[in-house]
Amino acid sequence: MSIDSPPAPAGPAADGLAAQALQRQFEETLAADHRIEPRDWMPDGYRKTLVRQIAQHAHSEIIGMQPEGDWLLSAPSLRRKAILLAKVQDEAGHGLYLYSAAETLGADRADLTDKLIEGRQKYSSIFSYPTRSYADVGVIGWLVDGAAICNQVPLCRSSYGPYARAMIRICKEESFHQRQGYELLLTMMRGTPEQQAMVQDAVDRWWWPSLMMFGPPDADSPNSAQSMAWGIKRHSNDELRQRYVDMTVPQAEFLGVTLPDPELSLDPATGRHRFGAIDWDEFRRVLAGGGPRSAERIARRRAARDDNAWVVEAATAYADKHASEPRS
Amino acid sequence: MSDLTAEGGHGAVPTGPDVPVTPAAAAVRRDWPLWEVFVRGKRGLNHVHVGSLHAPDPEMAVYAARDLYTRRNEGVSIWVVRSADVTASSPDEKDPLFAPSGDKVYRHPTFYEIPDDVPHI
Repeated sequence: MSIDSPPAPAGPAADGLAAQALQRQFEETLAADHRIEPRDWMPDGYRKTLVRQIAQHAHSEIIGMQPEGDWLLSAPSLRRKAILLAKVQDEAGHGLYLYSAAETLGADRADLTDKLIEGRQKYSSIFSYPTRSYADVGVIGWLVDGAAICNQVPLCRSSYGPYARAMIRICKEESFHQRQGYELLLTMMRGTPEQQAMVQDAVDRWWWPSLMMFGPPDADSPNSAQSMAWGIKRHSNDELRQRYVDMTVPQAEFLGVTLPDPELSLDPATGRHRFGAIDWDEFRRVLAGGGPRSAERIARRRAARDDNAWVVEAATAYADKHASEPRS
Repeated sequence: MSDLTAEGGHGAVPTGPDVPVTPAAAAVRRDWPLWEVFVRGKRGLNHVHVGSLHAPDPEMAVYAARDLYTRRNEGVSIWVVRSADVTASSPDEKDPLFAPSGDKVYRHPTFYEIPDDVPHI
């Protein structure tokens, strides 16, 4: 049996008793905090939820190359250019680790890419915003990748083995992303008043979208409990958002920037920060494709697929032609 | 709108039933074949499976594996194998396949009781 075939469903052949035994084995594996692996039996809902989550996570990484990639040819120094190039290349890598994990569940990379381009699957709303200055590169590293780390660290313990392993690699690399961003901002904040103003402007634009990255409030996520029980989701959206705010406020103070929320304040009783209301209408509009750069992001991904199709075909033809030759 | 989970990595993604997951056959046929990648982290260690990738032929698969899985000196040697060529035991056959070693505790050194004062054993 090949390892790239999708997991076998219980199927009509499996009688009720066998299906119950499989379900019980699955639940026992989860209860013992062991990992589910590709060839294991798993409930159809578990598999589908994972494909949705992993595929769209992969799409976000791939689309996420664009906002920062826009600055590759305008980097202020060779040092910054080399760093940014490494970072954008990492995002491609993260997307591919995740497509690889999704494929162990019976998904297919080319098909997932089609679904993204057709708008049937989504990517993170955060990448539909424009990058207006080089300070945006720093703020994306600090705030956007900082928020991603909050989301992603718990995923290293995801119940699905290939996903958890991909996330371990990704989290190691995200740490570089966040630190290079913060260092870039520290450098700019030690610069001219104009440079400091660029940083503040970028913070003003990215702060609220970064809070939206954690998704709607828990009250609006009725099926979270199932994902929690499956070990796919480890913390609630609100919990992760709160953790992010508490981590970020002191970093903003150190940097010397103001987070654009007049209601932001430390609650002395809990040691946690209160913050203002998030504009969920904006979030839903952007996620649905109505963000400032949504159309451009997908158009570019479509062009990358279609304009490079001849490369895929030519390499396939070359491989077919040489397949019968003895290997040196 | 369907459920949105923060676990979408770089942002919340919808996970409700309106998000399709079943692959369309036309897209599957278009892509390059899948390869499993094994990396030797350093001399003295075995090659270990690290993931998979798509590539048109073995040579390109090795180059892609270098770019994808060893960007930070994670390896000194790479193997690639067509995923379709891997034969796997199925966990469903777990009991019959692995049962023969289950009852042979005498294969382990801890099975044997040796007095504490015997040296070097």
